[in-house]
Amino acid sequence: MAWLSDRRAATLLVFAVIIAALPLVFPSGYYYRVAALVFVSGFAAIGLNVLMGQAGQVSLGHAGFFGIGGYAVAIGPAHLGIAPWAATPIGAVLSAALAYVVGRPILRLKGHYLAIATLGFGMLVALVITTESRWTGGPDGMPVAKLVLFGWRATGASTWYWISGAVLLIGAWIALNLAETPTGRAFRALHDSEVAARVAGIDVARVKLQAFVVAAVYASLAGSLLAMMNGFINPDQAGFLHSVELVTMVVLGGLGSVAGAIVGAAVLVTLPQLLTVFQEYENVMLGLIIIVSMIFMRDGVVPTAARLLARRGQP
Amino acid sequence: MSVLKATDIMLAFGGVKAIDAVSFSVAAGEILSIIGPNGAGKTTLFNVVSGVYRSDEGRVELAGEDVTGLPPDRLAARGLSRTFQNLQIFQRMTVLENVMVGRHLRERCNLFADLLRLPSVTRQNRATRDAARAQLEAVGLGTSADKLAGSLDYGACKRLEIARALAAEPKVLLLDEPAAGCNAVETRDIDELICRVAAQGLAVVLVEHDMRLVMKISHRILVLDRGRPLADGTPREVRDNPAVLAAYLGSHGAREAGRA
Ligand SMILES: Nc1ncnc2c1ncn2[C@@H]1O[C@H](COP(=O)(O)OP(=O)(O)OP(=O)(O)O)[C@@H](O)[C@H]1O
Ligand SMILES: [Mg+2]
Repeated sequence: MAWLSDRRAATLLVFAVIIAALPLVFPSGYYYRVAALVFVSGFAAIGLNVLMGQAGQVSLGHAGFFGIGGYAVAIGPAHLGIAPWAATPIGAVLSAALAYVVGRPILRLKGHYLAIATLGFGMLVALVITTESRWTGGPDGMPVAKLVLFGWRATGASTWYWISGAVLLIGAWIALNLAETPTGRAFRALHDSEVAARVAGIDVARVKLQAFVVAAVYASLAGSLLAMMNGFINPDQAGFLHSVELVTMVVLGGLGSVAGAIVGAAVLVTLPQLLTVFQEYENVMLGLIIIVSMIFMRDGVVPTAARLLARRGQP
Repeated sequence: MSVLKATDIMLAFGGVKAIDAVSFSVAAGEILSIIGPNGAGKTTLFNVVSGVYRSDEGRVELAGEDVTGLPPDRLAARGLSRTFQNLQIFQRMTVLENVMVGRHLRERCNLFADLLRLPSVTRQNRATRDAARAQLEAVGLGTSADKLAGSLDYGACKRLEIARALAAEPKVLLLDEPAAGCNAVETRDIDELICRVAAQGLAVVLVEHDMRLVMKISHRILVLDRGRPLADGTPREVRDNPAVLAAYLGSHGAREAGRA
């Protein structure tokens, strides 16, 4: 059982068991849908965490790529006769190309300046989607064709639960893979000291671009998945608030932690559902909970919990 | 023949010349020390030579080729490695991983292979880890390999930087105050390490305030004062140079150097 001593394999096994066992405790079919939403958001957050947690670069416009993925599966079948399954990778390639072109000038900026530049990018994408209503249906959004694979139609909450669960596992596997490779080490190195990374021979501009493109592809795929699952898309998916939500998932769950990205997604997707009992105070409660958790768990939920567990484990 | 040669380097910060008309060269197997009072421009000179800063004037040659103005990563690829006076370690990585980053240029790095962690990546990782571990042993940090680098004390961080720089298997090694904050035993270890790597054929440029160390291991010494070269020669020549005594060593330094 040597592979179990591999932390990557152990983590993936835990995720797989949770995904497989979760339906056993679902009181109703509605929970399949909530969990699938968590998985899709978690997938996007894992990607953004590669950029933010590993490479240390912020993006406040990542929903732009999410939107591109979503509208690719909406527009492709509706206007261009492309099958939804094919529109998904096309959207991802478009997002990657756009990330490459936009990332080259933007990623030279640091800190706040990078945040503002990515924010501008996200707003631009949302603006284009809202105004090009002939293609996108404008502010009202547009319907998305059902995913059909080899004549089988993907419908129903439980079907999408399994699809998004599997996709989440693959996304987690790739992010875990990356951390301990030359590329992943280069990401983490430039996060801690850009000048030392450069002196070690790392082409920092190129490596930042790689992280940006990887994160964009994750977001795009998540956007496609969500659009096909909902059968509908509107410009909010690409909007600023959604970008902030994605960043919050990453930071709340724990920068640099794959499990943290999923936990962050779970919190941000499920809390609003739980807080509906507070009615008009729902958003206030959500904000308060996020503020308090950041005060007491500055490193995020998962790293803080891991540290507490490690301390208890010591004699 | 010199491996690294800098000619007439000038760099000004807002009109103030931090270094002015400074030249030096260092050959394989040679240890050149650059000394001078605080603010003399030693670190600035390192920053120019390693591509972190661009000089306003002057020329840098590495292995006979003009490399003036190349960025640090390109210089590193041509065999130039350095450490930092103000520590630049990767705090959130383990000690071993820090040195593994030092081997970046010795690794094949392909995004897609890494995303899938292909068997070739795993194999290469193992080789990198072994080489990094050997380098850590060489600086006496073998037992700290799996600690978080951010948890090391100052002297250990200094040695970690040396290990990381050496992991790249450079031709030229620039060391900016490697013995600062180290105790007598650690300083002696660093002294032996520097002599050993020079004996293996590396060109070493050393900036150091510990005069005993400098006088003992340097083949040649360049003295800077307020950005300008003040003297250049063997340790004995520099020690006996009245201008150096006046400007830099002072009575205290002269006494220490005399004992070395
Ligand atoms: N980035 C910078 N911007 C402005 N001035 C700088 C910068 N870097 C260095 N200087 C100035 O250049 C001069 C030389 O500094 P430098 O750090 O090279 O000295 P040093 O010889 O390394 O000194 P020390 O022995 O204290 O390390 C100093 O006057 C310093 O204030
Ligand atoms: Mg200095």
